[in-house]
Amino acid sequence: MSLIEAHHLEFGHGSQRVLQGVSLALEPGEIVTIVGPNGSGKSTLLRVLIGALKPQKGSVTRQEGLRIGYVPQKLHIDPTLPITVERFLNLPVAVGKNAALDALKTAGVAGVSSQQMSQLSGGQFQRVLLARAILGKPQVLMLDEPTQGLDQPGSAAFYRQIDAVRRDLGCAVLMVSHELHVVMSASDRVICLNGHICCEGTPEVVSAAPAYRELFGTGTGGALALYRHDHDHGHDHDHHHNEAAE
Amino acid sequence: MLDDFLVRAALAGIGTAIAAGLLGCFVVWRRMAYFGDATAHAAVLGVAIALLFGTSITLGVGVVALAMAMLIHGLSGQGASVDTMLGVLAHGALALGLVAVTLIPGQRIDLDAYLFGDVLSVTRMDIAVIWGGGALVVATLWWHWSAMLTATLNPDLAYAAGINPRREQLVLTLLLAAVVAVAIKVVGALLITALLIIPAAAARNYASTPERMAFLSMGIGALSAIAGLRLAVIFDTSVGPMIICVAALIFALSAVGRGLRGIGT
Repeated sequence: MSLIEAHHLEFGHGSQRVLQGVSLALEPGEIVTIVGPNGSGKSTLLRVLIGALKPQKGSVTRQEGLRIGYVPQKLHIDPTLPITVERFLNLPVAVGKNAALDALKTAGVAGVSSQQMSQLSGGQFQRVLLARAILGKPQVLMLDEPTQGLDQPGSAAFYRQIDAVRRDLGCAVLMVSHELHVVMSASDRVICLNGHICCEGTPEVVSAAPAYRELFGTGTGGALALYRHDHDHGHDHDHHHNEAAE
Repeated sequence: MLDDFLVRAALAGIGTAIAAGLLGCFVVWRRMAYFGDATAHAAVLGVAIALLFGTSITLGVGVVALAMAMLIHGLSGQGASVDTMLGVLAHGALALGLVAVTLIPGQRIDLDAYLFGDVLSVTRMDIAVIWGGGALVVATLWWHWSAMLTATLNPDLAYAAGINPRREQLVLTLLLAAVVAVAIKVVGALLITALLIIPAAAARNYASTPERMAFLSMGIGALSAIAGLRLAVIFDTSVGPMIICVAALIFALSAVGRGLRGIGT
């Protein structure tokens, strides 16, 4: 049985449609990456899947008692709230000192447990979020643009860490990213989202799909160049990927 | 012992300050100061209604503060910025209350007692209400501590852990109304927010975890209540504002102390 299944999700603010007819299923152990331009509903989809947003139509079925480890896009901790890394890891469930130290080690930030969250660097902070997400031995790890604000070596190292964590725990990974060249190679399956699912499949299939190239072929030339040396697209911004996806 | 009005005043002040000091941490962390203001200002309207219908002041204040808090809770769920709306509600309720109090026929009301508190006149019954309400606030926060702290850090983290942050916010809203009802006798409607945020802000300078900040905040609140009462008696001033003056002084000292410590390291 799939860990999570979503059927024909519709979500919008007022008249603005953010998600339209999105269906997907996540199987145990697989790495799925959702790519899409800004405002394509990637974060919204993730938040619907964890239950933070209620879809206006469609349904989300989570496996009974599914353990989700969630790494949010960004976590702003109000400067008036003092909190050490160790205390942060013990929320909402107290896990004890040893489990916290183990998780920090697994996430690649051993030795920060007594520091204030506000004193961490960007990379350390994201790793602490990762450590917190893996504490509950999740069956699925969900990450929302986890490397925002990290430089390229930093984000590459972070993705290697995620890969190591996944091999450790054997959990499924569902992540949202715009860093195509880094994440796609590590994914079992890529979903290209722009309000609806434009195309999906293995990284090779998606990168060759006309709908994908229409979304990313212009404007992200540098990132795409690493993947495919192909710069001969027209600058065509009319999105008619509906047909293209077929 | 309870026959002495100063002892009664001290007990009332300490009970209120402990509950407000604890809840105040969440008010500071979640930036709810204006929310507290609106709820507290609505209390004056509650006083007017209670006098009009001849019911207990605590009941009237509690009900109106609750209604106001629920209204704001509902508005904040709409996702829009509610800052201006809060301003309108806070001052609208205060003005309406002030007008309504003067319109009540047949009695001249000492409005100062409700705006700035009148802790020297508390009865045994008041103390029972204050400590009962305070115990309720402390017990509820104790019970919800982890969930509420998680929801305060990030709503999505809470959802992912199976906690409903909206429900936690609702609980906070109810507790805020309870604290307002309890505190109006001690510091008055205008200074309740001060009792919520100043001890917590002072505690922030010397705390490394949320729990330590909470305990420090309660301690600073209680200390302010005792010292404020004493100073008010010595200098013959009103007690509520003096309690807040002491709290503000502690905050200033803690900020200076932190600054000096920062230079020293």
